[in-house]
Amino acid sequence: MDAIEVEGLKRRYSKGFEAVRGVSFSVREGEIFALLGTNGAGKTSTVELLEGLARPSAGVIRVLGFDPYSERKAVRPRTGVMLQEGGFPSELTVTETVRMWAGCTSDARPVEDVLAQVGLSGRRAGVRVKQLSGGERRRLDLAMALIGRPEVLFLDEPTTGMDPEGRRDTWELVRQLRTAGTTVLLTTHYLEEAEALADRLAIMRSGRIVSAGTPEQVVAERPSNIRFTLPDGMTPDALPVSLPAATLQGQRVEIRTPQLQSALTDLLLWARQSDVELQGLHARTATLEEVFLEIAQSPEDDEDEPGALPQDKGQDTAGEKEVERV
Amino acid sequence: MTTTDAATVKAPGKVSSSARGRRLRALGRAELTLLMRNKAALFVALATPALLTVLMRQTAAGMDLKGTGLSMGTVLVPGSIGYVLVFAVYANMTGIYVTRREELVLKRLRTGEASDNEILAGGSLPSVVLALGQCVLLLGGGALLLELAPPERPELVAAGLLLGLVMMVLLAALSAAFTRTTEASQITSFPFMAISFVGSGIVVPLDVMPDKLAFACSLLPVSPLMELVRGGWVGTLSGTDTLKALGVALVWIVLAGLGVNRWFRWEPRR
Repeated sequence: MDAIEVEGLKRRYSKGFEAVRGVSFSVREGEIFALLGTNGAGKTSTVELLEGLARPSAGVIRVLGFDPYSERKAVRPRTGVMLQEGGFPSELTVTETVRMWAGCTSDARPVEDVLAQVGLSGRRAGVRVKQLSGGERRRLDLAMALIGRPEVLFLDEPTTGMDPEGRRDTWELVRQLRTAGTTVLLTTHYLEEAEALADRLAIMRSGRIVSAGTPEQVVAERPSNIRFTLPDGMTPDALPVSLPAATLQGQRVEIRTPQLQSALTDLLLWARQSDVELQGLHARTATLEEVFLEIAQSPEDDEDEPGALPQDKGQDTAGEKEVERV
Repeated sequence: MTTTDAATVKAPGKVSSSARGRRLRALGRAELTLLMRNKAALFVALATPALLTVLMRQTAAGMDLKGTGLSMGTVLVPGSIGYVLVFAVYANMTGIYVTRREELVLKRLRTGEASDNEILAGGSLPSVVLALGQCVLLLGGGALLLELAPPERPELVAAGLLLGLVMMVLLAALSAAFTRTTEASQITSFPFMAISFVGSGIVVPLDVMPDKLAFACSLLPVSPLMELVRGGWVGTLSGTDTLKALGVALVWIVLAGLGVNRWFRWEPRR
């Protein structure tokens, strides 16, 4: 049994807007799973259903084998939740807030321990919530999510508003939790966060998952690219047929290929045999960022959005430009 | 930073009353701290009932109470219970529920182990306990100052008071469901307060009203509570009247409970 199982999940709001449109995935025990997507992609709407805050319009959710909405009592003692936005009474101090939460949690850890774990102990513990910075509020939220030693942890944009150091600390903490066997589902719009933490991830767009797998698998779905400049007077037609090349501008050429190594080998062997110097040679696999941007910019399946694709007009935007295959 | 031991698996779904008590205490304690820090709300809740009771002395003195078995004192002192219920519990709790919802506190609490009922009950505990203390002081102090005889049927007085506390909390939650902001709660709670003062025998006992009007007014939410408290104090409530008052109060409590279940919102509208 996986720690989280989601099948055909849909969420329609009362005004008719369908924020989640048939999402299925599973998170294995002890795994860090990241949900990526631009704002409005449906990440939080999905996570709230997993947390059991609302009943889905359709689909099945199992968290540790239970329905988080109808079997709330069975699930809650074993999950920890960090909401996207605080939810603390502004006039309570940090300690008072965590103490209240500890009282609502079975087998809670000592308040001082969790505050120390997230770096909010000492002087900051006596400060009222309304005086905390955005990053400190995220730390407080994390402390509350951790107080019950959760088996499954939901982190909705855990590092938004944190400074770089706070972000590193939080990543390190999340990695330690994984080592201890905690299953973590996190949403984020920081790609580096997903790359740094996630064992597997899913990219959402308009309420659907459009790409999922390990970061390597997701990146592998997009071809790697090789770029170079051919000598004057030489066209891409001169290249071996195994290398489908496209002209970017002038003599600058791009090859997009799912097999970077063999394509590069072919190219270099051809260049040596033909005695061609490839100026500005550059080869790399796709990055998560490229995959993400491509998904975010591509038109929606069921709503035609002409102009969402960058048209071939700018010269400097070659890196992001969709290039016609030859 | 240290790691947590996630291998510790908790027994799922075990409902123990001690855990429930601990959760209610934790929620109540936090809410008490907040109430003590909200000086304006605290002042309204504590001072208004006593103040109004004193101010209404003149009105009560001018009433024609012949044949009702009431005196100025037995109009005034039980009336103070009405002020406590409506101001210190109903109006106060409406504002608190709205504020906690808008701060996303209710949403966050629902991600934890407390049940919905515990969240609502825990938040109301300080106001309810405070109101109970106020009632004891007002009844005792008023009786002493105005030299009233002790209540004939103290159990009816207590029943009216306790049913009233439960009803006010539920009605506050119901009002909160139809209130978008903390500021607006002062407006949305007004109609119920006005109707209760005028029609529920808090200021003017129903006994001095024309029969038909008195009957209609006796069906309002706060009316049975005042009947139980006032009638229980002077001992004039017949068996039928007692049952009717208890029945009306219970019907309102059930209706309010159903309404809360149906309409209460746990997070702000988007």
